[in-house]
Amino acid sequence: MERHPVAGWLFVLPATVFILSFTDLPLVATLASSLYTAPFAGHPGHYVGLDNYNGLIADPAFRQSLWNNVLYAAVTVPAAVVLAMAMALAVNAAIPGRAWLRLSFFLPTMLPMIAVGTIWLFFYTPQYGLVDRFTSLIGLGQINWLGDTSTALPAMMAIAIWKQAGFFMIFYLAALQNIPPPLREAAALEGVSRFYFFRRVTLPLLGPTTLFVMVTAAINAFSVVDHVVEMTQGGPDNASSLLLYYVYATGFRYWNTHAAAAATMVLVLILSLLAALMFGVFGRKVHYR
Amino acid sequence: MNRITRRSVLAGTAGSIGALAAPGIVRAATVKELTFFYPVTVSAPMAQIIDGYCQQYAKESGVTVKASYAGTYPDALSKAITAIRGGNGPQFSVLLTSDIHTVQALDLVVPLEDIGLDAADRKWLDGFWPAFMFNTKVGGKTWSVPFQRSTEIMLYNKEAFAKAGLDPDHYPTDWKAQGEAARKLTNRTGSPQTWGVQLAADITSGHWTFGALTAGNDVNLMNDAGTEVFFDVPKSVATLEYWVDLSKTYNATPPGVTYWSTLVTNFLRGDTAIICTSSGNLSAVTAGAKFAFDAALPAGNPTPGTVVGGGNVYIFKHASKEEQKAALAFARWLTAPERAADWSIRTGYVAVTRDAFDTKTMQDYIAKHPVAGRPKSFLPSARGELSTFEDARIQTLLENHIAAALSGKATPAAALQAAQAEATAILRRYKNM
Repeated sequence: MERHPVAGWLFVLPATVFILSFTDLPLVATLASSLYTAPFAGHPGHYVGLDNYNGLIADPAFRQSLWNNVLYAAVTVPAAVVLAMAMALAVNAAIPGRAWLRLSFFLPTMLPMIAVGTIWLFFYTPQYGLVDRFTSLIGLGQINWLGDTSTALPAMMAIAIWKQAGFFMIFYLAALQNIPPPLREAAALEGVSRFYFFRRVTLPLLGPTTLFVMVTAAINAFSVVDHVVEMTQGGPDNASSLLLYYVYATGFRYWNTHAAAAATMVLVLILSLLAALMFGVFGRKVHYR
Repeated sequence: MNRITRRSVLAGTAGSIGALAAPGIVRAATVKELTFFYPVTVSAPMAQIIDGYCQQYAKESGVTVKASYAGTYPDALSKAITAIRGGNGPQFSVLLTSDIHTVQALDLVVPLEDIGLDAADRKWLDGFWPAFMFNTKVGGKTWSVPFQRSTEIMLYNKEAFAKAGLDPDHYPTDWKAQGEAARKLTNRTGSPQTWGVQLAADITSGHWTFGALTAGNDVNLMNDAGTEVFFDVPKSVATLEYWVDLSKTYNATPPGVTYWSTLVTNFLRGDTAIICTSSGNLSAVTAGAKFAFDAALPAGNPTPGTVVGGGNVYIFKHASKEEQKAALAFARWLTAPERAADWSIRTGYVAVTRDAFDTKTMQDYIAKHPVAGRPKSFLPSARGELSTFEDARIQTLLENHIAAALSGKATPAAALQAAQAEATAILRRYKNM
């Protein structure tokens, strides 16, 4: 067969153009932008090296957003994984109303995040909000969930878990149904307890799914902030500000685009590290069939 | 529904702006078409009202004005900046009055004097309430046209006042009396549970509430040039201490941050007896209240005061001279007494000129709804809204530190000192511009 090096290059050209123009070039442009200042008072922007990054470190709002985001990921990722697995196990069993349960677990996933924000804004409203009505029923007083610096972030975490657990449940359900029935039959013959079977057979077989779900949840924790925009705008006292919200506010509310570019690079770095960690380190330890 | 349609139309209008923004030579000397952005922030059918005005203007003048709904105030600014940087922005837009220094720094707007004003134009500009010219006329130039303007007011439930043994016809005028009244109006044990007073402190509204309170303590939060703030002066600190005390000492308001969006609902439900809100909500409250209520100036120390807010019409630099002139003519038409009165009645915004209050339409409406006439008497006590360079950033950082004080994380003095230090560092480079 003849070799056509030009034809080969032509075949990959469309994909290359798209990756270059929508991923690589913007990244390089952002990096470049983060090293310059904006034009100011008639002077053009100039190269400032790492000044924008030093400015970020000096900004208490940036430090708090970064720390908030670490906490946010540390809580929402494992919580969503555990909840998704528990829901999948529950609706995988032959119980009455299974389809209805599956649907209601999946429902939050189908809502756009902005709508979720609006709904939960009402849930969290003091006095007549749903949560407050419930807590007053069981004798707890009024809690100003979004208005207190100590509860605003946990309130945001709860939304993220509620929103994505149903989505991850679908993946777990698929994985559970791929577990060959003979394994369970063999275990039954051996007289293995259900918990032992879960720990030694089900859990390892769910490994690849768990890795996938964790990566997705971690990326979501750093890249989904619609509810913050809708509900608290990072307040009170930056308590619910996440990194991407900081980028958005700095870039599009304060028009400090070069500082926003620097913060974006920090975000990109974190996401790259997460991906490398997940696929490089944990990936090798996950059981693949 | 209306909003969604307007949004989808946006894409269409963007294309036609592109044609307009083509090199100046192509454009005819007489402008036939203009586009502007406007935000919607009150619960009135704004799109319908504005489209109605545009149709009427087209009939009267032959100039087609296309109005594009642009979301909230910050959305409208971002969309305008993005569209202008992309080479096909609108010729004018309704933007926050307090954005004046920010849009100057971005080199976006043209002062009306530079477009060219004749004697009639000058007389028109002199007709606006002086309070609405704060943050509008700066450095001897007029940077925008007052349009959808409001002022911070206290709305109070007269029935709750009577029930608590307070005089429903006289709202307290000094801080202590206001705090004591709010304490009496609070009931946290029985049923129904009520708060005496609620003030919003969330992002975008906290600085405005604080501005109303500081006006009552006879202190400005910034200089006219927008290059300096006065957050940590003793009078500002005393004001925040009073705000914290409403919860801590008087037990009359919930601790932490109250959200702007909850105020009107709480008031209408009777969950709170007094709210500090925008005069822009007067129409909605008048329509929804099942009890007698009235509006008053926020109490002061010792003289009541308040703050103005809302949006003005800004004309953009990138538009051609003819387009700027046409936009100015439209703005003048939009604020003519009859229209300003109609706009005020249908939206709840304060009529921006003295003449508008004197129209028969407005007089008849006030005779029917006396509360609609109140803001007129508040305006002489009003000051300008916190407005500096990078105003969104400065307002937000102030709001975050106020939240820290309201949550008990910092003392009012420490919170405001931190806000002052951060704001001073940001504004430093604008001082010697």
